[in-house]
Amino acid sequence: MSQDNNTNTTKTTGHVWDNDLQELDNPLPRWWIWGFYITFLFTIVYWLFYPAWPIGNNYTKGVPGLNSITYTATQPNGEQVEKTTHWNMRSKFMVEMNELQEAQKKWFDKVAAMPFEDVQKDAELMQFVNSVGKTMFTDNCAPCHQQGAQGKIGFSPNLADDHWQYGGTYQNIEETIVAGRNGYMPPFKEVLQDEQITQLANYVLEMSGEPHDAEASKAGAALFRSETAACFYCHGENAQGKIQMGSANLTDKIWLWADIPGSKTDAAKLAEVKRVITGGLNRGVMPAWSGRLSPAQIKLLTVYVHDSLGGGK
Amino acid sequence: MPQTGAAKPSSLLHKQIPIVTRSVKGKFRNFKTAVMVVAYSIYFLLPWMPWQRNSAADQAVMFDLESRRFFIFDLIVYPQDIFWLAMLLFIAAALLFFTTGLIGRAWCGYFCFQTLWSDLFILIERMIQGERPARLRLMKQPLGAEKILKIGGSHALMILVSLWTAITFAAYFSYAPDFVIALFTGHAVEAAYITVGVLTLTTYFAAGVIREHVCTLACPYARFQGVMYEADTLAVSYDSKRGEGLKGRTLPIIGLKTRDERQEKGHGDCIDCGFCVQVCPTGIDIRDGLQYQCISCGLCIDACNNIMDSVGYPRGLIRYDSEKNLSSDQPKPARLEWKRVKVIGYATALLIAAGILLYNIGTRNDTDVSVQQVRQPLFIMLSDGSYRNRYQVHIVNKTELDARYHLSVRGIPASSLDLGSLKEVRVRAGKSLIMNAKVDLERTIAQQTEKFEFVVTSSNPDTAPVVVPANFNSQR
Ligand code: SF4
Ligand code: SF4
Repeated sequence: MSQDNNTNTTKTTGHVWDNDLQELDNPLPRWWIWGFYITFLFTIVYWLFYPAWPIGNNYTKGVPGLNSITYTATQPNGEQVEKTTHWNMRSKFMVEMNELQEAQKKWFDKVAAMPFEDVQKDAELMQFVNSVGKTMFTDNCAPCHQQGAQGKIGFSPNLADDHWQYGGTYQNIEETIVAGRNGYMPPFKEVLQDEQITQLANYVLEMSGEPHDAEASKAGAALFRSETAACFYCHGENAQGKIQMGSANLTDKIWLWADIPGSKTDAAKLAEVKRVITGGLNRGVMPAWSGRLSPAQIKLLTVYVHDSLGGGK
Repeated sequence: MPQTGAAKPSSLLHKQIPIVTRSVKGKFRNFKTAVMVVAYSIYFLLPWMPWQRNSAADQAVMFDLESRRFFIFDLIVYPQDIFWLAMLLFIAAALLFFTTGLIGRAWCGYFCFQTLWSDLFILIERMIQGERPARLRLMKQPLGAEKILKIGGSHALMILVSLWTAITFAAYFSYAPDFVIALFTGHAVEAAYITVGVLTLTTYFAAGVIREHVCTLACPYARFQGVMYEADTLAVSYDSKRGEGLKGRTLPIIGLKTRDERQEKGHGDCIDCGFCVQVCPTGIDIRDGLQYQCISCGLCIDACNNIMDSVGYPRGLIRYDSEKNLSSDQPKPARLEWKRVKVIGYATALLIAAGILLYNIGTRNDTDVSVQQVRQPLFIMLSDGSYRNRYQVHIVNKTELDARYHLSVRGIPASSLDLGSLKEVRVRAGKSLIMNAKVDLERTIAQQTEKFEFVVTSSNPDTAPVVVPANFNSQR
């Protein structure tokens, strides 16, 4: 092996340190040199095809027409326009989004053409609803209703349970998504005495099986149906709410505005219910999605909410 | 004798004398040829073997990436079985260690793809260009019609073989007859052309151009096989005591022809003919001792035995033997020393791994079910105070027939399972499906229930029901 490392004939730079340390002057390997030159050529080719040099606030865009990219964009007014630009990552992304929409189209079409009930019976179609619905729900609904649709007491209803203020059928849910909802309850602090509010609150707690003062509750029940408080106008004679106006069912175990599950003591529970009656509500606003999502998307989202989240009726 | 053809140390930066091997006859050559015939028959013919299938093309061995199923005769492997691959790799490693500890680089010499294809390409060279002397002559010749025709011809043939090797490889991944037609009519997918192109080039380059450099420079196994050698390992060795004698090897000149004459004058049995060097595919001289370049192909044994026969000395100057035996004062006939800790250890690991793999394959269920609880939220309270948990049930149908699956629960009332209006689901052959399942339990039952089971029953009577445990959560 040693004949190859014959150091006597190796070229050095002539520098010597400490009498014996020398600097070898071997030529670079040829493959390396060529690789180096090829990178030069590569950059030139690159400039022709891709955006490269910054110039002021602008940049070179490659030779026009050599590497252009065409995609379809949707204008804010819903109009579809075709755009052609020099190659860039953003347009590449748009092209991929176009392809995605194209790929999903046949499934969306299938959902759009079917009655709601049949979609749920098609297990394979439901897989599509599950995955696409999840993304749509996350993008549009989850900011209020939370990722798992569990809602937030005092803010947005739980969509996974079986209680629907505005109705839980496919048609109800679709209507809610299309047009939005506007929940309202007037404040009663001007109309009722504090004692009366306490009585009503006890009655509300009793109906849900929570600890309460029986005496006060009895008075509350009468008050509920009287013209003074007139609760029954909205919540109904049996206090089960009315789907037409979205008034709450006060007899079930589900709480949306008064945080009963989060209240530790009986007094706190009472105070929560009283707070709602006293102050009323005007925050039950759900925006309309008709302009933002296409009818097919809304239909799919409806099935997702009804069946995948599992609360539908 | 000039040692033309012996390699200098491998180096990419220095020019090297190309290795031009001489062919040889003998039992190791025969064994190598036999392995080659069997291996090539399997590799090249297997994709063409038909096999009756219901849900895929009728091909006995097909790695169907599109439907994510590997068909190996009657076995269908799914992505969920990736564990088998890990086991298989482990078994391969253990087998490699085991054989190397016992008989050295048997894999390298007889079975490795690099060796097989190099061997084939050397055969092509010999068939077109002739035996070693003719090839050396051809190399020295000035460029002319004969040289271009013969060298160009052998390389053209190597490229063709490489191409067919690549096409065969790709044919394992789709229905071979359709694939080959599509490939040549320009209708195959882009990935197929890239695969075939890359494999053609790499096969040609590795086996036709750089050859032994793959073993000496690139192969990781060649680098660590040294640790598996022990003093008892059988390796291709030159018996230097016998070959060199006291005064070294020498040519059989007059007066040194018979064994007795040589021994009298202190010379060993090696007549320095250089045949062992000329046949060596990695261009080394085995007489220099065990070297990392030696792939243990045994061809030098054949070469030397032939020479010993012709001069009438006993065979086995170069032979499979252990370092320990060779260096002992009274070398015994070489034998397999398997009673060693490492060898037995490797064998045990091998047997255990193979056992686990076979057991696993044998007991796999045709239905694969996994249940994932929806964790956001963990539970939901319903208006009547009962609790709801939601689950995603993932069912994989591993059979070759479409099947209907029925989902039920055990350990809680049957009515608590709500699947909407779905009573059964159909899962296509080899496909999977995710179902939404809701379980509603009354408050008191919910608070006592922590666990229950999902039972998935297939409409296929041969498939056993699958029971999967699940948790139930509620506010306690
Ligand atoms: S060294 Fe590596 S490439 Fe060469 S024969 Fe052995 S295993 Fe194969
Ligand atoms: S030395 Fe012998 S066994 Fe080793 S590679 Fe060369 S011919 Fe094969």
